[in-house]
Amino acid sequence: MQKRFTLKLIAACAFLAGANASFGQDTIKIANIVELSGAGASVGTTFKNGVELAVKEINASGGILGKKIVTSTYDTQTNPGVAKGQTQKAVDDGVFAIFGPVFSGSIMVSMAESKKAEIPNFTGGEAASITQQGNPYIFRTSFTQATAMPKVASYISNQAKLKTLAVIYVNNDFGKGGLDAIKKALANSATKVVAEVSTDSGQVDFSSAVLKAKQSNADGIFAYTNEEESARLLRELRKQGWTKPVIGETTLTNQKVIELAGEAANGAIAHVGVTVDAPIPTVRAFRAKFEKEYNYISDHNGIKGYSGMYVLKTAIEKVGKFDRKAVAEAMHGLKVSAAKVPGVLMDVSFDKNGDLDRESFMVEVKGGKQVVTATVPALGAK
Amino acid sequence: MTDFLQLFFSGLATGAIYGLAALGFTLLWQASGTINFAQGEFVMLPAFMMLGFMAFGLPLAASFALSVVLAVVVLGWIFKRGIVDPLFKFGMMPIVVATIGLAIAMRNGVRAGYSAEAHAFPSLFPDQIYNVAGVTITLADLGTFVLAIALVFVTQAFMTKTVTGRAMQAVAQNTESASVLGINVPRMIFYAFAINAVLAVAAALLVTPTYLAKFDMGESLGNKAFFAAIIGGFNNSRGALLGGLIVGVCENLAAAYISPAYKDAVALVIFMVVILFKPQGLLGKKEERKV
Amino acid sequence: MKKITTISIAISALLMIIAPQFLKNYGIYLLTYWLIFIIATMGLNLTLGYAGQKSLGHAAFFGIGAYTVAIVMKAGLSFWLGLPLGAALCFFIGIALGFPALRVQTIYLAFATLGFNTAVWLVMRNEEWLTGGTFGINNIARPELFGFSLASNMAYYYFTLGVTVLMAAALWGLLRSPWGKAFTALRDNPIRAESLGVDIRSYTLLSFAIGAAYAGVAGALFASLVEFIEPAPFTVGASIMMYLMVVVGGAGYFLGPVLGAAVGVLLPEWLRFAQAWYLFVFGSAVVLLMIWLPDGLLSIPDRLKAKKQAKNESAARAASAHAAANKGAQA
Repeated sequence: MQKRFTLKLIAACAFLAGANASFGQDTIKIANIVELSGAGASVGTTFKNGVELAVKEINASGGILGKKIVTSTYDTQTNPGVAKGQTQKAVDDGVFAIFGPVFSGSIMVSMAESKKAEIPNFTGGEAASITQQGNPYIFRTSFTQATAMPKVASYISNQAKLKTLAVIYVNNDFGKGGLDAIKKALANSATKVVAEVSTDSGQVDFSSAVLKAKQSNADGIFAYTNEEESARLLRELRKQGWTKPVIGETTLTNQKVIELAGEAANGAIAHVGVTVDAPIPTVRAFRAKFEKEYNYISDHNGIKGYSGMYVLKTAIEKVGKFDRKAVAEAMHGLKVSAAKVPGVLMDVSFDKNGDLDRESFMVEVKGGKQVVTATVPALGAK
Repeated sequence: MTDFLQLFFSGLATGAIYGLAALGFTLLWQASGTINFAQGEFVMLPAFMMLGFMAFGLPLAASFALSVVLAVVVLGWIFKRGIVDPLFKFGMMPIVVATIGLAIAMRNGVRAGYSAEAHAFPSLFPDQIYNVAGVTITLADLGTFVLAIALVFVTQAFMTKTVTGRAMQAVAQNTESASVLGINVPRMIFYAFAINAVLAVAAALLVTPTYLAKFDMGESLGNKAFFAAIIGGFNNSRGALLGGLIVGVCENLAAAYISPAYKDAVALVIFMVVILFKPQGLLGKKEERKV
Repeated sequence: MKKITTISIAISALLMIIAPQFLKNYGIYLLTYWLIFIIATMGLNLTLGYAGQKSLGHAAFFGIGAYTVAIVMKAGLSFWLGLPLGAALCFFIGIALGFPALRVQTIYLAFATLGFNTAVWLVMRNEEWLTGGTFGINNIARPELFGFSLASNMAYYYFTLGVTVLMAAALWGLLRSPWGKAFTALRDNPIRAESLGVDIRSYTLLSFAIGAAYAGVAGALFASLVEFIEPAPFTVGASIMMYLMVVVGGAGYFLGPVLGAAVGVLLPEWLRFAQAWYLFVFGSAVVLLMIWLPDGLLSIPDRLKAKKQAKNESAARAASAHAAANKGAQA
């Protein structure tokens, strides 16, 4: 019994290993290592859809340097250990570049593998520490919290002129990273953080969190949780009659949040790195194309995947050949303009750590819609 | 003081829902010795059933009614005949593992088959907020609480005052004597499953507007229902409700007065204390060990 | 019968040694992952399958072992200190948990261990100063053995294989000793065993503690395998999966964990071809497996034997009935 089973097992493993060894001559392989199940399912799925939409367009217009792109998808189950394993698998499969994971917790672990294999790795993660590990192969598709928070902080102190702030954050690496970043950014400003309220991922009842914020007598709340929780928080705030400013970063004014919170979302303000509602033609075009292809409206994760793919294409074309190391080097210091490459949606530039710099927006939810109230220039803009 | 009351009342509403899910749990246990690790998913699935019916254009009431029927068939009859009956004589372990597998299958089936996103769900109650002595309560909170309590008491009344209900209790206490007395044991057990299914759909109707319909909404709900059932008493229906209310209120109080990060620990501590000093639960009856 | 078992075990062992040569990095990583879970579920099998204690908190010990190694190595000390420390810690915590567990009946034990698991997970998540909180502890190195580095997947695999064999041998010895026989008595009929003088209290404690220690060892190996530790793999959900692995493989069968861990770790991998539905197929497969084989996969030989026996018996009955009828006809 044992022997037969073990034999079958070995045979299966060998089969799997062998089946993946084939190389196409006219194709370039890209791996999507994303969260398709578990807590990050909707985030990972949208990111992947963005990447694949871009791939479809690029292939339709001839591919990259004449080669068509072939994507393979690996589910990380929103588990860093699995993400690491899947990255190893992708490496074994000989891919040229990797997209994902999106969750900061997962990319922090899996990028050790892509670094070892010297494969360019684009991530949707936002934790600051991602680009502080000395990894020349990691590139972002959205702001690091270290870039985004100073922009929010500037709004909070200088425009909203809040003297005291209560921070309601989600107790995971995304939320904690944001908390640390906003505190750091506000350290030398006129605003003092007077309450730090932790909440759980998947939390339903926010009455105690809102109460704590009220008790702290803060002039405003900075809300940094994931999408569904943001919706519930906004509802609870409305229920308890909170009329002071509620400010967030990217997730708070997400389309999904607006849909789920209804009335309660009106008046919420957020700094967003990317939004499908930006008054920019390329972004609007992307939103329409995504909705047509997938029957739902993308969020910022779709933009991350889509624009990231076009950035990779630009870098490869700049180098002129499929050399991973050269492409990674070309990425550092790369500047792509949306006029030349509409697929990147907005002008973007990369620094030597893999961080990107772009315009961003302050949005407010009015009448159930995201309305852009200000444009924040890129940090390195002249 | 108003803060305390605010937390208390919010907790009661949430707790009433835990109580509903816990009630079904205890019924199943009493009737068939089944520990249903898929109880949370039993609430999640009807939520999506209703969403599905509404997507076809049916109003909420009709969707609810149809889902009740569908749930009784799927979560009641098919579950009992397909999984519980064949495994009944093998003891607790295989049923437990089968329900674990079922939970995984249901969760991921919905995710792959419907969507990985969260969906809004219409509330039974209009969006109204009341302010009583500085404490804000929504109509939904109040309505949920009242309805949940009503359901528990109706179930309790059914079990103690009707012939069928008493027959079900007889089966739960001593299956052999019950069948000797001429009670149709398999049918009584089926009724327990059917009632569980109905309670699950009711819970879904009440809870999904706040929880939002998502494939993983069953996980935390199932966990809390589990704790609630044990705290209140695994062999007592009113105990399940009490357990749920205790968990709901204490969580809120703990989050505000102790530490938000450890709020789950409060339900846990109560749970551990109850198990150590009153293992049959706060309202449960002591079960003798059979040799 | 025995000879066949020995031969098949020998051949399997040989295959386990040769296999990595044919696999790429990821395949080796997966096999190592499987071995680690075999060790963990062996421990749970002792507690659950042999001693009949329904524990739903095994992943907590797995986590304690992992975090011990991670914290120890971050402090600059050796893996070889972390491993035994983790195992010992789990052993003593197992005893401490076992004490109150005696006061409650079987089913409540399951709940108590579940509560314990949640409590441990909460500490792992919240106490950032110790465990790194949700960020976890990253860049855990792989150890060196007598100056030989175990950093490569291949080397680490052989090391883990060695540990697994050692732990299995230890468990085998334990079960064949008089102590081990007492465990089985406990499972089958605790009250009768007690009336025969078996001290339930100490055996329950021991079964918990040893099972916990095994999970601790597995956790320690896990930390160095993944090179990153965070609270997520140690939730109640993970404990439930381990319970599933033991029962599916065959609770109370010595080699049950090997199959059970294969189902839990390798089966989802093989099912990946089903794309988005692979976990649904996995869950359904588990349900069907339980309905078909409630005693787990390893109960197949026993079932075949029982069927054969039943067939022989009914044939014998038919033959004797036939003979009696003939006799009756003659008379």
